[in-house]
Amino acid sequence: MGVKDYIRERFFPHLWCPGCGHGIVLNNLIRAVENLGLDKSEIVMVSGIGCSARICGYVDFHSLHTIHGRALAFATGIKISRPELNVIVAMGDGDAVAIGGNHFIHAARRNIDVTAIVMNNRIYGMTGGQFSPMSGYGIKASTAPYSNIDPAFDLAKLALGAGATFVARTTTYHVKQITDILEKAIPHKGFSVVEILTQCPTEFGRRNNMANPADMMEFFKNHTVPVGSKAKKKNPDLIERGIFVQKEMPEYCSEYDKIVEDAMKGQQS
Amino acid sequence: MKKCRIVFSGSGGQGVITAAIILAEAAVLYENLNAVQSQDYGAAARGGSSRADVIISDSEIIYPKVIEPNVLVCLTQEAYNKFYPIIRPGGLLITDTRFVKIQRKADAHQVELPMYRTVMDDIGKPIVFNICMLGALIALTELVRPESIMKVLEIRIPSGFLKMNRKALNLGIGLGKQFAG
Amino acid sequence: MNKKIKFAQGNEVCAEAALYAGLDFFAGYPITPSTEIAEHLSIMLPRKGGKFIQMEDEISSMCAIIGASLTGHKVMTATSGPGFSLKQEALGYAIMAEIPCVVVNVQRGGPSTGIPTHGSQGDINQARWGVHGDHSIIALTASNHQDVFLMTVEAFNLAETYRTPVILLLDEGVAHLRERFIVPEKGEIPLLTRLKTSVKEGVDYHPYLPREDGRLPMSDFGGTHRYNVTGLYHDMWGFPTTKPTIVHRLIHHLVHKIEHNVDRIARFKEYYMEDAECILISYGFSARAALHLVKNRRARGERLGLLELQTLWPFPSHVVREKCVDARYVVVVEMNMGQVLQSVKLSVEQPEKVFLANRIDGVAITPTNIKNILQVIRGKGV
Repeated sequence: MGVKDYIRERFFPHLWCPGCGHGIVLNNLIRAVENLGLDKSEIVMVSGIGCSARICGYVDFHSLHTIHGRALAFATGIKISRPELNVIVAMGDGDAVAIGGNHFIHAARRNIDVTAIVMNNRIYGMTGGQFSPMSGYGIKASTAPYSNIDPAFDLAKLALGAGATFVARTTTYHVKQITDILEKAIPHKGFSVVEILTQCPTEFGRRNNMANPADMMEFFKNHTVPVGSKAKKKNPDLIERGIFVQKEMPEYCSEYDKIVEDAMKGQQS
Repeated sequence: MKKCRIVFSGSGGQGVITAAIILAEAAVLYENLNAVQSQDYGAAARGGSSRADVIISDSEIIYPKVIEPNVLVCLTQEAYNKFYPIIRPGGLLITDTRFVKIQRKADAHQVELPMYRTVMDDIGKPIVFNICMLGALIALTELVRPESIMKVLEIRIPSGFLKMNRKALNLGIGLGKQFAG
Repeated sequence: MNKKIKFAQGNEVCAEAALYAGLDFFAGYPITPSTEIAEHLSIMLPRKGGKFIQMEDEISSMCAIIGASLTGHKVMTATSGPGFSLKQEALGYAIMAEIPCVVVNVQRGGPSTGIPTHGSQGDINQARWGVHGDHSIIALTASNHQDVFLMTVEAFNLAETYRTPVILLLDEGVAHLRERFIVPEKGEIPLLTRLKTSVKEGVDYHPYLPREDGRLPMSDFGGTHRYNVTGLYHDMWGFPTTKPTIVHRLIHHLVHKIEHNVDRIARFKEYYMEDAECILISYGFSARAALHLVKNRRARGERLGLLELQTLWPFPSHVVREKCVDARYVVVVEMNMGQVLQSVKLSVEQPEKVFLANRIDGVAITPTNIKNILQVIRGKGV
């Protein structure tokens, strides 16, 4: 199938701004799904609220555009009730770790077989450029007009600490890596977190001397290094990308199946 | 039969609510009677004051709370002080000699029984204090048969504990019979 | 013994009835006084191959049941006041996206943490208007365990029929009460399931294009039709839109699918109403105090009657109006500051003959409380 077979052309053009990185994520998600040979009817795409959330309307999967921060909670209900479906959740940074932070850590703790894609543009784009828990110290935003004093999360460490069994990070500059990582994350049996740094020239770049989308991608190119590289030791400000962890641990739905089996046995005796 | 309204009172952990449930369940499932059970409790599971209401009747029970009990059981001094004024004139008031000192005479048939002491002397486990109390209560009121209480216990508790519970129930029945009639 | 007689707590009866209705997914969070529903289902659901999950909070519990409903399952969550407040946004989502689900709210004293272990009926209006924006909702209640069973099954039937959340407004007094009830035989209460689309694979399915009767046939997530679901105003494809004509039509549809069926949704019981000159209107625990008083006073020749409401929303105004036409007094008995009273006053022809008999101190209202208030209303003093 071609890429067009995975999108709902009826709803294009998309609403993202010129230069936005979210389209790159959409493109590579589709490539990963095609490479994996997945049936469109076996995929449920769930999203929250914000620019990132609109991704699920454009893909020809079962799609659920929910409320702010709660995408993982809806996805949990879908996955447990129909474990055979592939559930992919797209969230923004505010969506995933501000308003949805609680659901994020608990989905990771349960190790439920859901793929969480965090489209991290370090800003609330749709509401007009307010800082998020991923903006970081010193950033300017419409609600940090002097300078942001909130430190940022390290999302990968947060996911690891909470118990996610697949954690990776990449950027919209590293397009092939996005596809590669998603191809591993989606079939991974357990909770997988894929953080993708994506540019928002309109709301983030404009306020932080990177109004040109190419400048932002240049930043991704120059300020990231592969996981474990020596350069990171010399310059701790560099951002690591790649797969941080990929391990097998008991998965929630499989564990619940065992409970059902036990309970049904108890019933018969 | 006439409608019988019972209030069990004591402190959390004494098993007053459990005793109330067992009595009401025995009436419904094994005596073909109607019964309701409700409780009033605070946030603390143990140590706080606790009260359980039971109404047993052969006809429909519409309002399920007890306002003036015919039978009042008080297993702590605090419960006695709080609840003895609500008993119906001429009702039955059961207290335990170890925990309650009767201060004023309520207009009731007051029965002081050494239930706790008997359980500790003969069984040595305070956990069946409430079952002994139920035994005394059914001996005094004849609300349900002892077999019906035992049938409920057979379902509710592990078989290893049944013997101890039966003994406690019989001890209570023995104590109650001394004052019955 | 032919009939299956049980002795159980109201919460347990609700859980049993949900299983009878075909519940296969429950998500919840511990909260007094509704927790026993979750506890019971954590035992029973896996025994029949269903799923139970304790979520990280009240919000996620509501979201999880919506997700599970979309895959074609019958779903429920249970909570109490503070949790019901937290669920409101997701409840609104289920209304907007038309996802069948049952939400039990075992009412306790509020606002805020209030009195967790004591009863109240203070969430009646929250059930109606807790969600922001124009919408309609179905809310049922019950006063005894036989009716808790029936109304729980009805809640599922109505949710599946009208593709909407149904609120089951129990109260602590009934939920924690243990009493006798008879488990209905299989088939004794009819069970309804959602309407599924007959559109074949490969043919365009319009998930949000109502049929002429206003109903929307569903297609399960994981099935052959892939479509979008959103909490935004949406077109027949389920895709977000701001087109005024579509927005206008959608809001009308959401409100009318319920308000135009008030007659079909209204559930109520009548006691001694034929010649009653004073009619008590009550529901839930309060209705037990009211009925006790009515029976007592009837025995003394007083012409008292009781109209027990089981559907609180949509409010059965026509029923209340018709039943109260000849009454000299209408007295609403409830454990709040007059929430159903407002609706009754709006329903009857002479609102000045409607009075309130209430109790709001965390103590269950008694027949004597009502009797004393009736004396005052009749100008006789206590």
